[in-house]
Amino acid sequence: MIRGTRGRLVGLFRSSALLRNNSRIYNNYNRRRDVLVLKSLDHVRCYSAAVSAVKKLVDDVSLEIHTDIQAAAKEQSEVRNNAASTSNKESKTESEAAILSSSNALKHAYQENTGFGTRPIYLDMQATTPTDPRVLDTMMKFFTGLYGNPHSNTHAYGWETNKEIEKARKHVADLINADPKEIIFTSGATESNNTVVKGVARFYKKTKNHIITTRTEHKCVLEAARSMMNEGFEITFLSVDENGLIDLEDLKKNIRPTTCLVSVMAVNNEIGVLQPIKEIGEICRKNKVFFHTDAAQAYGKIPMDVNKMNIDLLSISSHKIYGPKGIGALYVRRRPRVRLEPLLSGGGQERGLRSGTLAPPLVAGFGEAARLMKQEYESDHKHITELSDRLTKGLLSVEHATLNGSPSHRYPGCVNVSFAYVEGESLLMALRDIALSSGSACTSASLEPSYVLHALGKDDALAHSSIRFGIGRFTTNEEVDYVIKAIVERVKYLRELSPLWEMVQEGIDLDSIQWSGH
Amino acid sequence: MGAVGPTRIEVLHLYKQLIKNSRLFNDYNFREFFLRRSRESFKANKHLNDSQAIIDCYNRGLEDLSVLKRQSIISQLYTFDKLVVEPLKGSR
Ligand SMILES: Cc1ncc(COP(=O)(O)O)c(C=O)c1O
Repeated sequence: MIRGTRGRLVGLFRSSALLRNNSRIYNNYNRRRDVLVLKSLDHVRCYSAAVSAVKKLVDDVSLEIHTDIQAAAKEQSEVRNNAASTSNKESKTESEAAILSSSNALKHAYQENTGFGTRPIYLDMQATTPTDPRVLDTMMKFFTGLYGNPHSNTHAYGWETNKEIEKARKHVADLINADPKEIIFTSGATESNNTVVKGVARFYKKTKNHIITTRTEHKCVLEAARSMMNEGFEITFLSVDENGLIDLEDLKKNIRPTTCLVSVMAVNNEIGVLQPIKEIGEICRKNKVFFHTDAAQAYGKIPMDVNKMNIDLLSISSHKIYGPKGIGALYVRRRPRVRLEPLLSGGGQERGLRSGTLAPPLVAGFGEAARLMKQEYESDHKHITELSDRLTKGLLSVEHATLNGSPSHRYPGCVNVSFAYVEGESLLMALRDIALSSGSACTSASLEPSYVLHALGKDDALAHSSIRFGIGRFTTNEEVDYVIKAIVERVKYLRELSPLWEMVQEGIDLDSIQWSGH
Repeated sequence: MGAVGPTRIEVLHLYKQLIKNSRLFNDYNFREFFLRRSRESFKANKHLNDSQAIIDCYNRGLEDLSVLKRQSIISQLYTFDKLVVEPLKGSR
């Protein structure tokens, strides 16, 4: 049962009265509950002095919720250390001892700045972006009152939500000069890509059996294409040059009468390289092949126009443009009509291409994020380009640092740099105060070198020593300066520990060495 | 037309309110962004002459202000550790 002083309870009663503001349902519900509670407390009388004392008591309850991620980070590093030390006990081989000593060295490389906070700088905008507060502001009302199902067309709850959905659809379409009717909401770019690669192929499978894509696509396109092999399709994976760009002649040569789809991403998620989308679109249109582009990293960040660029299908992800996670879209051209078989069967929502009830808060947040991308385009572009130039200049001032991917055909917000003679993973561990990634989020969990950098012809060592820096709307000058300083210092420190670096300093050509063992 | 635009004092007041509410964000990146954008956009529109354009701009500013008021409160309710570039004492 409820215990406590009478004054306290009165205070609680008063503050819950404050909570019931203008919602009739909540109001009645709460009043019924409060009355029940109070009835069980024999006679409650209001003594004004006690009430004000209690009000203070209740007001003392802190409303702030603090999230301490340091604790989580510490936990993880302990787990890692324990794993390292137990394996060390089991078999103390030379290489493991070396790993241990180098991880001790890393502790020295990472110096905490006293007098400053501890949360890392976020520089991984290709993995995901922070949700813009203006986007959250749009979403809030869907959690507090606008809860109707947008597909209910018999009452006002459905209509009002549906109106917001259509508003969002228009914002999403406007950014690529599409018609709102051509936008299908999905759960993200992964679903959009799968819908296209599998859906178009399956629809045309009676007459066509060939798909063209590239080696540097996101895993979800590569894997979807690979799974179509099992359904009897032939896939051509186009190679890229050392800049990460495909060869248009190569594309032309590979188009067959049985080709149903060409899928080339607009901006690469690891190296930021921008493919010649307009030229590819022209080639595809001329050959009457559908052209799909994965624009997860490009949408809203570089100018895109589905009509000028002859794009038939385009994948979008909301969480790359400061919107909520778990939502995205697919642009499907209506004239000339692109037909595809849906992945999901059901109620026939979204032109029958993606059944299932939409998530209005996410859709509206996504729409607002798209609107903001348009509104802020000039400002964002200027800001990101400035920071990117500053960062690139700072990082390339390090000896033997190279920019991966084309220096001219790129989105400036993604900078991928290799630091020779330093292992990327060690550097990342020494950079616990900066949130970075050594490649795409999906491959960084494994220690394999990036397949994208391999496709560019980089050797294992360089692919291993690459780090991706992602700059966005919310990145500041101060952060970039901090990052440059930290990288320069720690690359120097790690190289001093490296025997390879010593040899390089002595002028020994590493390629001339015969390595023993593996 | 003859629409009456906001006075100079009203515009200045809006600017000050936007800056004040931007500063209230607990999140470093959001705070810096809204400060930068508020300054930038007022500077960019400094020489607006058309009275309808001024009214539109002013009304958009008012909407932005209400978003900032709500969201700066949310930013204070759900807080996180300070970033490594943020001084701990004497920070806003
Ligand atoms: C190029 C590209 N395509 C697809 C995706 C996946 O997007 P989503 O997380 O929305 O499924 C990503 C993000 O990781 C990406 O960078």
